[in-house]
Amino acid sequence: MTASPVAVAGAGVDSPAQARVAYNEEVVRLFTIATVFWGVIAFAAGTFIAFQLAYPVLNLGLEWTTFGRLRPVHTSAAIFAFGGSALFATSLYVVQRTCKATLFGGRYLALFVFWGYQLFIVLAASGYVLGITQGREYAEPEWYVDLWLTVVWVAYLVVFAGTIMRRKEPHIYVANWFYLAFILTIAVLHLGNNLAVPVSFFGAKSYSLFSGVQDALTQWWYGHNAVGFFLTAGFLGIMYYFVPKRAERPVYSYRLSIVHFWSLIFLYIWAGPHHLHYTALPDWSQTLGMTFSLMLWMPSWGGMINGIMTLSGAWDKLRTDPVLRFLVTSVGFYGMSTFEGPLMSIRQVNALSHYTDWTVGHVHSGALGWVAFVSFGAIYYLVPKLWKRRELYSMKLVGYHFWIATIGIVLYITAMWVSGIMQGLMWRSYDELGFLQFSFIETVEAMHPFYVIRALGGVLFLIGALIMAYNLIRTIRGDVRREAGHPALAPAGGVRAQPAE
Amino acid sequence: MALNLHGKAEKHVTLLGALILVTISIGGIVEIVPLHTIESTIEPVDGVRPYTPLELAGRNIYIREGCYNCHSQMIRPFRDEVERYGHYSLAAESMYDHPFQWGSKRTGPDLARVGGKYSNEWHVAHMVDPRSVVPESIMPAYPFMLDRQIETEGFGDHLRALSIVGVPYTDEMIDAAEADMAAQADPNADTRDLLARYPRAAVGDLDGNPDELTEMDAMIAYLQILGRMVDFADYTTEELLQ
Repeated sequence: MTASPVAVAGAGVDSPAQARVAYNEEVVRLFTIATVFWGVIAFAAGTFIAFQLAYPVLNLGLEWTTFGRLRPVHTSAAIFAFGGSALFATSLYVVQRTCKATLFGGRYLALFVFWGYQLFIVLAASGYVLGITQGREYAEPEWYVDLWLTVVWVAYLVVFAGTIMRRKEPHIYVANWFYLAFILTIAVLHLGNNLAVPVSFFGAKSYSLFSGVQDALTQWWYGHNAVGFFLTAGFLGIMYYFVPKRAERPVYSYRLSIVHFWSLIFLYIWAGPHHLHYTALPDWSQTLGMTFSLMLWMPSWGGMINGIMTLSGAWDKLRTDPVLRFLVTSVGFYGMSTFEGPLMSIRQVNALSHYTDWTVGHVHSGALGWVAFVSFGAIYYLVPKLWKRRELYSMKLVGYHFWIATIGIVLYITAMWVSGIMQGLMWRSYDELGFLQFSFIETVEAMHPFYVIRALGGVLFLIGALIMAYNLIRTIRGDVRREAGHPALAPAGGVRAQPAE
Repeated sequence: MALNLHGKAEKHVTLLGALILVTISIGGIVEIVPLHTIESTIEPVDGVRPYTPLELAGRNIYIREGCYNCHSQMIRPFRDEVERYGHYSLAAESMYDHPFQWGSKRTGPDLARVGGKYSNEWHVAHMVDPRSVVPESIMPAYPFMLDRQIETEGFGDHLRALSIVGVPYTDEMIDAAEADMAAQADPNADTRDLLARYPRAAVGDLDGNPDELTEMDAMIAYLQILGRMVDFADYTTEELLQ
């Protein structure tokens, strides 16, 4: 398959002949800073609660610092604060570049989107610590915070779609399809899953409209598609712009991007019931969820193939460019976790994996390996561009970040595979007399070493992010570290390729 | 050709957005709508009732503390789960749960049928310091629940909000909410009316402190009713198979 001219033009090389458009980069810079800031917070919170599971004394005996209250802080910080800010930063950058148009709505609407979203994050997280929650996983914010997010989200849609409408390019570039699907679907999911009746106008508490089995399916229709559209479709938008740009190659296949886009968004929505296997949810629904989850493997790998094969003819850059290494490795992790997901959606496999750490490990191979890595790659690409620097302060530090974070992920997911499968097997094992072999607490005790290893994996991932933050701050200050082969020190027009560090 | 058709969507953002909305709506509609219309989704069983005001207050504390992050309330129909936790969970048992609390992770054990398994005294000791009764436990401690009083005033509003979303609280139940709440944890109260409205509720001095109505009272009232509304002696396995 060959790349169509559309795919090439879309990834747009800024041609000097074209009249310069005054892009709004202020809001992109703000969201970029927010991405790094919330990333560090999310990883630190995750590492802390990981240690709480290994050493319960770290719950500190205070009501605000228990695992139950801090875990939503970690998940919301990772998904909505870190991931969300990365999506805002990249989508608002990409939509301007690929449309050759400045943001619709002007400076103040863009600033409203930024500060409105930051307010949403702070309201949500401070609420959890104080005990204000709906008790719905990944949709914990109470009704008034949900209403506020709705306002901000509509403003975001207006800015994004409005910019597409004033584009100078005839075609809407593929990355923008994914961003648009993400924005629209998250709006539908958010409204559908948060239907609730407040107890009073002046109180925080509300009761959900649905109950029991209907509520469960609504929640996992939302929950799984928060993964499918927030953490997948949106981040595929990142992949479709930043991988071709950094590799300086066109997208591998235009046709594949069409096929996998429509099949991905069609199939994902059906997959929610696989979170409810063997529960009181009717069997027909569970079977539908499993069937569509298995089919979902194909469009997921279509995206992975399109991302990785974009490197055709540029594989050598992986040796010299650690930023590209982040981007490509993320697509590899995407392929791995979208293979593992359908596997775990098979009822018989799920019977073992459900309720265990296997699920936690699976989520983190996606969240750390795919979502965070593709964001790191995009951020490393963006910061020099946004602050008008030739290159990053240090490529060597990007390399350190890459390896430290990768080892952290490997420690994390292998520990969770072992602990998850082990605990699942212990729960169902019988002794020779036909009695359950282990009490529940014995299976908890057996998790301890793996919880320590997992937490150490988190420490490594956090250290990597701190190295990134340092590198980016120095880059923004305009510093360049003297190191062999640094592109910023090479003479203009000089050869980029240098021996690997 | 399909690619030409697609070319149109690629040039009109409203068309693209509309096609996206249609595409993502199909799966959700096919899966969610029948759950509300097919009657056999929830097979009725005797005994399932709305929570008492104190149980409801306890449930709200359960949600506030994020207990669902580590405890499921959904027993699957496997031999080991049924032996460990009790009869597998029925859809009807959570039909008044707004929101549902089936959970997704068992860092701690399933709680769907924890009611009646442990004494009130055990629960108090366990909540104040889990490791005093289960040395290997990794659960956080909740000593503050013993000290914090529960506000009964205006609690009828909670029942009213739930009746709006379909929980069959009667006007009588809503009017009696504050009195029922106080009576459930008061060892000297006359609880006949309360138990007529809410059969099988745990009544008496729940937290070991009869003078105050605390969050611990509410928490224990909730934990002690979990899984105890339905009397499974009334049913054969065949009757429960869907």
